[in-house]
Amino acid sequence: MSRLATCFDALRGRGRTALIPYVTAGDPQPGVTVPLMHALVEAGADVLELGVPFSDPMADGPTIQAACERALRHHTGLGDVLAMVREFRSDNSYTPVVLMGYSNPIEVMGYEDFAVAAAHAGVDGVLTVDLPPEEGADLVAALNSREIDTIFLAAPTSDAGRIQRMSAGGGGFLYYVSFKGVTGADRLDVGAVRDQVARIRAHTDLPVGVGFGIRDAQIAAQIAAFADAVIVGSALVNRIAELAEQPQRIVAEAPQVIAQMRAAMDADGTVAAAN
Amino acid sequence: MVTQTGQTAESARFSEMPDAGGHFGIYGGRFVAETLMGPLEELRLAYERYVGDADFQAELDRDLAQFVGRPSPLYHAERWSRELGGAQIYLKREDLNHTGAHKVNNTVGQAMLAKRMGKRRIIAETGAGQHGVASATVAARYGMECVVYMGAEDIQRQAINVYRMRLLGAKVVAVESGSRTLKDALNEAMRDWVSNVDDTFYIIGTVAGPHPYPAMVRDFQAVIGREARSQILAQAGRLPDALIACVGGGSNAIGLFHPFLDDAQVALYGVEGGGKGLDSGQHAAPLCAGRPGVLHGNRTYLMEDADGQIIETHSVSAGLDYPGVGPEHAWLKDIGRASYVAASDSEALEAFHELTRTEGIMPALESSHALAHARRLAPTLDKDRILIVNLSGRGDKDIHTVAALEGIKV
Repeated sequence: MSRLATCFDALRGRGRTALIPYVTAGDPQPGVTVPLMHALVEAGADVLELGVPFSDPMADGPTIQAACERALRHHTGLGDVLAMVREFRSDNSYTPVVLMGYSNPIEVMGYEDFAVAAAHAGVDGVLTVDLPPEEGADLVAALNSREIDTIFLAAPTSDAGRIQRMSAGGGGFLYYVSFKGVTGADRLDVGAVRDQVARIRAHTDLPVGVGFGIRDAQIAAQIAAFADAVIVGSALVNRIAELAEQPQRIVAEAPQVIAQMRAAMDADGTVAAAN
Repeated sequence: MVTQTGQTAESARFSEMPDAGGHFGIYGGRFVAETLMGPLEELRLAYERYVGDADFQAELDRDLAQFVGRPSPLYHAERWSRELGGAQIYLKREDLNHTGAHKVNNTVGQAMLAKRMGKRRIIAETGAGQHGVASATVAARYGMECVVYMGAEDIQRQAINVYRMRLLGAKVVAVESGSRTLKDALNEAMRDWVSNVDDTFYIIGTVAGPHPYPAMVRDFQAVIGREARSQILAQAGRLPDALIACVGGGSNAIGLFHPFLDDAQVALYGVEGGGKGLDSGQHAAPLCAGRPGVLHGNRTYLMEDADGQIIETHSVSAGLDYPGVGPEHAWLKDIGRASYVAASDSEALEAFHELTRTEGIMPALESSHALAHARRLAPTLDKDRILIVNLSGRGDKDIHTVAALEGIKV
């Protein structure tokens, strides 16, 4: 069983919703990333999402665009990101790591070479924002042969047929994009997301994570009540941006955003279980 | 086998691309975030429905005739041909269209489609401002809200077009991310579209982007080639030996080429922005010096670094200053049906001056790249050979650039 499947099984057994923080690798400088990954695990992260910097992050809002620009100032490329995962793995063999990024860096490395290198580094899942199932067959095959899960995005505009298709080709979990928009926008409607997650569950057996627009602990707790995973990007990256000029503070302070969300999610979970 | 139209059965397949998924060989496709997959399919279905709809076509033909001013002339540049001393050069005068370039052929078509799809708001990206002006123009014509995304860097360089768009009622948004140029404007327009997809129609200005845009924009621009084909048959009594067009994203080139793709005897030349020379690295020539990758929703040739990051381009012509190119051009290059070459900034400027002085026609700097290649090619051919050059736009917008390069303050 893959590290992601094992993780979600164990969490389900404990009645705990996964918390998945996203950081852009190399933001604001390469040396911060691996210590930050460990600190996020200590703060309550169950899975880590590591962004591969790209010059043209079309699906991202201003927060993650700026994170990519900071990382690219130090030329953090896909090869560097894989090296960071490998370094992280030397001290942590249990926390799943998902790479999130865009197609072109993987195209340039080549699907087969990427799959080999990712498996070697200890990557568990790959989410390629601009690679829908229609275009993804070759990459999915390359990743599957190395037992790496392909994680697909499902959106409010995805019909049942598309969700079934993602479910068939994908693994790990399904990432539900909570609204029509870019990362970090202030548009999340908890009630609408709850209805959509219920609709999606009718067409997939994969765990369903919810991301885009989860800005604070209260919203995280509300989403955690019905989702299998809460994915937090811009709220954490904003904190990193505030500390970008004092990178020595990032590892100690930025994970507090995640710790607060973890506490709120667990508190609500306890209440729900008691009821 | 040669058919009655002079086409071979073997070559007849060139015009039948893309496949159902929008692929031209390995190029094209639909590389976008999931949220846009449904809306793109909705757009494809609407386009396929209306492209065969008699009312839609009649309205399009009427607007192209009466609003745009089509057909545009095919002009035999006799004096310039004589000076070059070789092939006869004919110019397809897209510069005479309303708004001064070929861009409006496409924006009229897409705006009519937007109206039928019930979209009240249109958005567009622009580099030099020509597509932005053409979009703002049709928005005014059809009474729609219009937002144009433009790199902050380009806004500085193209102040007159920015003001034209504002006069037409469009909102021009300065894009401050990335390299602050056309590619970033395209990213920002995509972000707007994904955020407002229910009521917004995104008018892409070139034959790039996710399916169905490359095929749809090509079809709207193919009026250029259809007219040119019948005009040259009427004027010269035969097909041309070669077609020449500049290639940024490649919409004017594919518009001219497409109706000739199955005429194997007609050579096709796309001319990219060679900037300061291909060896300098400062150019905008992905087909000549880039490699395949994925950007802006399609797989195509790109200018990128070893990590797959998109790199900045350089061309004296803002309309060619783009790191990608339409996927159909990438395919035509690989199969050898079209040849892609580059003309440098200085070659384009020489052609600009030469045409202005010998024919009294001031070409856009984009089109001057196509003229520069005609200038190289014509003298190598006999006088009975025929070249058609797409004069895709007029040069008024570029006079400040030309003057500045020559140290003259206008």
